[in-house]
Amino acid sequence: MSAGTIRSLLMGDKQADRVVPPTGFTARLTLFVSGAMAFLAVFALALSLASGRLADRWADELARSATLRINAPADQMADQTMMALTILRQTPGVAEARALTAEEQTALLSPWFGPNLPIDTLPVPQLIEVTETGEGYDQAGLRLRLSAEVPGAVLDDHTRWREPLVAAANSLRRLALVSILLIGGATAAMITLAANAALAANAQVIEVLRLVGAKDRFIAGAFVRRFTLRALLGASVGVVLGMGGVLLLPEASQEGGFLTGLGFRGAAWLLPLAVPIMGAAVAFAATWAAAHRTLKELT
Amino acid sequence: MIELDNVGYSYGGGELLGDVSVQLAPGSFHFLTGPSGAGKTTLLKLCYGALQPTAGQVRVFDQDMRKLDRDQMALMRRRIGVVHQDCRFLDHLPLSENIALPLLVSGKDLNGEEENLRELMKWVGLAPRADAVPQELSGGERQRAALARAVIMSPDVVIADEPTGNVDWEMSQRLLQLLVELNRMGKTVLIASHDLALIRAAKSQVQARVLRISNRRLQLAGADL
Ligand SMILES: Nc1ncnc2c1ncn2[C@@H]1O[C@H](COP(=O)(O)OP(=O)(O)O)[C@@H](O)[C@H]1O
Ligand SMILES: [Mg+2]
Repeated sequence: MSAGTIRSLLMGDKQADRVVPPTGFTARLTLFVSGAMAFLAVFALALSLASGRLADRWADELARSATLRINAPADQMADQTMMALTILRQTPGVAEARALTAEEQTALLSPWFGPNLPIDTLPVPQLIEVTETGEGYDQAGLRLRLSAEVPGAVLDDHTRWREPLVAAANSLRRLALVSILLIGGATAAMITLAANAALAANAQVIEVLRLVGAKDRFIAGAFVRRFTLRALLGASVGVVLGMGGVLLLPEASQEGGFLTGLGFRGAAWLLPLAVPIMGAAVAFAATWAAAHRTLKELT
Repeated sequence: MIELDNVGYSYGGGELLGDVSVQLAPGSFHFLTGPSGAGKTTLLKLCYGALQPTAGQVRVFDQDMRKLDRDQMALMRRRIGVVHQDCRFLDHLPLSENIALPLLVSGKDLNGEEENLRELMKWVGLAPRADAVPQELSGGERQRAALARAVIMSPDVVIADEPTGNVDWEMSQRLLQLLVELNRMGKTVLIASHDLALIRAAKSQVQARVLRISNRRLQLAGADL
């Protein structure tokens, strides 16, 4: 189908549209289905974008960092920390090593113990944040050296819990994408059914049009325009409602963990606007195919 | 204009028509007669491509009907005005839009044709009924509306299937008058009718040839009518 055919199918005029009697039922059905599907598509889109962001962030940030934890009696803590920092700074592949300050450690712990607990009186381990360079460091070598010189040190490179999280986020993203495809397919199926019902209900009209010399394009166009516009309208309403729903989701926050931040960010807010256009395209193709199947059987 | 060459047709059961050969010359006036169920409607449908012959060949405007694709078939229908046995209107549109339907589907500028449409509705005596929907019309009005729709594209051929089927004698005379006028304007006319009185009345006004279907064959009826 050429661009010209598509344009002339969609243009038409008011008068040409009147040849097909208005059908309340299939019209409402198409509006509802495309609205509901667009609503769902917005959420699937939000989920896929958010899980994608999550997977990228976890894979990226966590891969570049590790934590060294030092458990030592209070009097040895400062020495062992100094020692560990020296070793880390000598290790090739370590970009930066920094002992967290007391305030930072308090901030990390206060969500768990409450703000009023005097953390400085507790035997809290000292944490050292290790940032890798691009090449990374020799983990086994570092562990060996640490165990010899800083007995209280435990190196946690995050891979243990990073990998399943990244995998989970990735499969969440795949599921969301599959959902979008299914929504598109289900929309096509529903609109095909509605278009077939409209074509069958108007068999007489189609026959008369054919008898007075209407080309297939004219007849199909009257139906295609109608269903495309309905799908566009329904999907637009669905998208607006869906985006409203996404807006009401809680903001991304430290406390909420991965369940927050499900919405769109920045330019991604424009993406759902493609949903009505996709819906209209699906309706166009489905109605066009249905009309052609029907018309082929007439002389 | 329209040539049938050894045409046969069967709806799937036995043969309904066989060995039908006839030529409708430009400007000619033909009646097609025969008892009910003889196959008059079927033969007309073969002439405007609503049916394809099961044997033989139909040529319209020097083209083999079987070789026309769907768009060419649509273009051919615009050159043949058909008054169907049951008229066939779009019941949700007013009469004026039904009559203008061929203009609309062929992409003509409807505003430019408004005068033409008004003239035509006056000619068939339906000007006051322009806004009525088809169900509100009497049998005679429907037949005249169908005739108006058939000729609005100024076709070369006018085919009418029992145009006087459900109307009284006076109305059938009026319809005949309209068809005779069309023929005088140079259009080829083919009318299916079993109304012999009508055919006799026509013969006094126009040089009409009468084709009769009997025993599945098409014969040229003599002067014995
Ligand atoms: N679509 C069809 N399928 C099967 N048989 C048909 C069909 N249309 C007409 N017939 C049969 O073909 C015969 C001729 O019909 P028709 O051409 O309408 O006759 P007429 O117009 O002379 O009354 C009739 O016996 C009719 O029952
Ligand atoms: Mg008949």
